[in-house]
Amino acid sequence: MNVIYSFWYFVLSFIFLSVIGLFVSWIDRKITARIQWRVGPPWYQSFADIIKLSGKEVLVPEGSNRFTFIFSPILSVIASTICGTMLLLVLRKNFGFGGDLILFIYLLTIPSLSIILGGSSSGNVLASVGISRELKLLLSYELPFICAIIIPAIKANFTTSLIEIFQYQNLNGSNIFSLSGIIGFIIILIASTGKLGVVPFDLAEAETEIAGGALIEYSGILLGFYKLAKSILLFVVPLFIVILYLGGTPIIGFGSLLIFILKYLVVLILITLIRNTNPRLRIDQSLRFFWGWLTLIGILGILISLSGV
Amino acid sequence: MEELKKVIVPIGPYHPLLEEPEYFQLFCDGEEVVDVEWIAGYNHRGIEKLAESKHWDQVTFLVERICGICSTSHPFAYCNAVEDLAQIEIPERAKYIRSIIGELERLHSHLLWIGLAGHFLGYNTVFMWAWKYREGILDMFEMITGNRNHYAMFRIGGVRRNIEDEDIPILKKTLSEVEGKIKMLTEAVIDDPVLSARLKGVGILNKEDIKNYGAVGPIARASGVDIDVRKDDPYAAYNLVDWKMITTNNGDVFDKAVVRLLECFESIKIINQSLDRIKGTKGEIWKEVREIPKGEGIGRHEAPRGEVFHYIRSDGRASSPIRHKIRAPSYVNIPTFKASCIGETISDVCIILAGVDPCYCCTERIAVYDKEKKKKVYSFEDLVKKSIEKTEKIKKEIGKESKLWKKLF
Repeated sequence: MNVIYSFWYFVLSFIFLSVIGLFVSWIDRKITARIQWRVGPPWYQSFADIIKLSGKEVLVPEGSNRFTFIFSPILSVIASTICGTMLLLVLRKNFGFGGDLILFIYLLTIPSLSIILGGSSSGNVLASVGISRELKLLLSYELPFICAIIIPAIKANFTTSLIEIFQYQNLNGSNIFSLSGIIGFIIILIASTGKLGVVPFDLAEAETEIAGGALIEYSGILLGFYKLAKSILLFVVPLFIVILYLGGTPIIGFGSLLIFILKYLVVLILITLIRNTNPRLRIDQSLRFFWGWLTLIGILGILISLSGV
Repeated sequence: MEELKKVIVPIGPYHPLLEEPEYFQLFCDGEEVVDVEWIAGYNHRGIEKLAESKHWDQVTFLVERICGICSTSHPFAYCNAVEDLAQIEIPERAKYIRSIIGELERLHSHLLWIGLAGHFLGYNTVFMWAWKYREGILDMFEMITGNRNHYAMFRIGGVRRNIEDEDIPILKKTLSEVEGKIKMLTEAVIDDPVLSARLKGVGILNKEDIKNYGAVGPIARASGVDIDVRKDDPYAAYNLVDWKMITTNNGDVFDKAVVRLLECFESIKIINQSLDRIKGTKGEIWKEVREIPKGEGIGRHEAPRGEVFHYIRSDGRASSPIRHKIRAPSYVNIPTFKASCIGETISDVCIILAGVDPCYCCTERIAVYDKEKKKKVYSFEDLVKKSIEKTEKIKKEIGKESKLWKKLF
């Protein structure tokens, strides 16, 4: 009974996450367009894109590993859906277990890994450049990202449970209202642009350099799956940041839900602004940036949070 | 070395980095580019040959179609060449109008490049903003010539359309609006720390490289080589107005961008002065040219990308040139990638290749393919050999009677 229930819960949350993810990616596109003095797409554009892609022919390149090539986009969608489902469970039902924060760190790397898998199975030169960049990028942004996740965990009395972090903030105010919280928030915001693969860290796809990079051979619904996974991540990652750093009001009733959505939109808009006011960085520059200053500041933030500020 | 050369990252023939079909093979060792090979010949249209079958007046329109972006540069140089041949002095008003059109084109072309460079760096906000600012310039073109891109303003002996006095205030108003916007864009680009990190010290061309490759235009001026046809060999109204040549010393992509942006302000200066001079005056805008005598002429113009060169020969009887030779600036600018790209990463090579503001349709030269064997018939060396042979042949035929040839050899 339990298995069937979880299955249906997963399917329903997949539908919910797809819809809301695509809608959120429309918000991102619309804001980008307004910044660039364009009109921007209508609200259904992201849905139309996915529907159009699902009607296109799927080409599997000759000499590629067929199974991996087809399986990795699906893996990408599954991983990001599980992420989203977990977060929704935490928010809606206060359901969680002791180590779910660590599980999240794992789950959030899987979409990147699936891009690497898919790219490497396609056997394209440009894709191989793309996956080598994605690998280096994954290694580099993961370090400050984890630093920034440790800070709220320390503040909430050394817990690795997301729900406890959220409830701690409900009692003691948002994490962002402390010095270490501000440091952590800035770091996780920047690292999440790497995680989402948007400018300035979109080198794995870098359209004008390597023409789509790892995704170059993908077409049809398989490309659609990657786009869908990316949209869902665009919903999941800011939500994750909100839970870690901008908690503070338990979601009871309509008013608090509205405040929560507002917080989420602020994080989303900040990410959109970062991506519209920066050029793409080189891979060596991003590596130096993430492992140098950002990690140092992250460790500093951890030390400050240990001292309780 | 042979082992390393095996990984080829293709940029082209169709690639988002290039607006036109062109093929760069990057031989890569990881991200580092060890060698670059350039394969051209996808876009050859035989314009020089075509010009030999058109009337003198038609050639003005034909050469305008060589390039869509610097569409007035080729007619400018062509008219200069024919006027050099026939010893025609054009009316002063026409000189000013020619300069105005030439400088407006420089403005829109430089803004176009800034936008594209932003796009290539993933900075789409700069792309959209620069192109938005460029709209004002295109509106000015529409006001003056009736067209936004192919203006058809030039004719042998002058210009086709006048700039009326009542249009001048609104032109100046649009121009000053655009100037403010470009000022903002310039400050934004120069002060942006991430752009500096990305562009400074990338693809450096020193003075030696510039001289070896014969590079011209903003590329040369960014490396501290002060060549500009408008100053060195003044034509149209460029010696009648006050402006200065912009040079910088580093020769990297950042300096190329800075040179282009600062040149915009000089162009605005030239346009403003020219508009002031023709305001309230009356005069001919063209001189009737009935016959083109026997002889040869050269015409040069500083296009947005550098010096464009036209050579014209007439036998005095035919109603069309019997030889028309064109050299666009990209033809000498693009090969500088050999000096600037090797040893850089793929990301940098992309912006360096775009940094010379290449115009492939101006540059295209012949390529001979065997359709059945899918192989190139002539290699680059073969073509150079053939070209030298032909030059020798022509030299023998006409070399003695030509004054120009004597000057050159």
